[in-house]
Amino acid sequence: MQQNEALTFQKGLKDGLPICLGYVSVSFAFGMMATQGGLPVWVALLISMTNLTSAGQFAGLQLILTGGLYIEIAVTTFVINIRYMLMSLSLFQKVDEAMSSLQRFVLSFGVTDEVFAVAMQQKGSINARYFSGLIVTPYIGWAVGTFLGATATGLLPGSVRTALGIAIYGMFIAIIIPPAIKAKPVAKVILISVVLSCFFKWTPYLNRISSGWVIIVCAVIASAYAALRYPVQEAEVQE
Amino acid sequence: MNYPRILTCIFIMAFVTYVIRMLPLAIFKKKINNRFIKSFLAYVPYAVLAAMTFPEILYSTANLYSACIGLAAALFLAYRGRGLLTVALGSAGAVFVAEQILRVVMK
Repeated sequence: MQQNEALTFQKGLKDGLPICLGYVSVSFAFGMMATQGGLPVWVALLISMTNLTSAGQFAGLQLILTGGLYIEIAVTTFVINIRYMLMSLSLFQKVDEAMSSLQRFVLSFGVTDEVFAVAMQQKGSINARYFSGLIVTPYIGWAVGTFLGATATGLLPGSVRTALGIAIYGMFIAIIIPPAIKAKPVAKVILISVVLSCFFKWTPYLNRISSGWVIIVCAVIASAYAALRYPVQEAEVQE
Repeated sequence: MNYPRILTCIFIMAFVTYVIRMLPLAIFKKKINNRFIKSFLAYVPYAVLAAMTFPEILYSTANLYSACIGLAAALFLAYRGRGLLTVALGSAGAVFVAEQILRVVMK
């Protein structure tokens, strides 16, 4: 965790770089799927540049290609992405009070799992400059990856592509493990959430619930339990 | 190619996704002071990331074995306090090596 370093636009760009790299591989796959499904390159790119969300886009693409109804697309997108609501809520408790409404409206477009994770790691409040930098690099990576995947299908050898599939999860692990070692309640939150998530995934019938809902249910239960059991002190809230 | 339909679909996806992200901060402008809610929101990031990572990480590569190797590498590097990029690429590297070895062994 970097402290005492000014939260500049440049630092945002730099912190966004690992996210950007991870995004290139995921959006590459998205671009490939889109063109293999028969969509032109510009449509794949348009989806990525207006949505900026992995699971939601993959599901949406599937529905576009298989002739899904508009209402199906709306509901599916909503369910898969509703976790962003929790993230936005959590994140915007942490932003600088000087951030204007316009800035908030614009920057909320860039709230993704990874941007959220990196932003929450910062000590103290987050300003608009840093947050825009943090969004720009991943956004470019997401668009470039989509474009490359859509145009040059099969550019990367398959062995490299499958190996990169784990990169984003590796990043998540790098974020949650160090705080878990330092604070026992955080470790318990993680443990509860993991157990619940596995339970949903591997139990018949329950495994039909979309991952968006599962994440919300797991996160709400684990966090509520910890908040009751180990309420944070004023000083450590920013941890 | 039915472009009006495709563009409408894309618009619906983009609109729904944006509204979800934007609403919480349009509604909640003031800082929350309730201790429970503050604590809850402080724990949410860890819970969300944990639920997103497990068990999905086990299905993120070509097979379960290489995923386990990648997971072990990620846990080890994270435990040693390495940076995000190091852990991410380290686990991907471990998966790559594991899959090459498996390919040879399986033959």
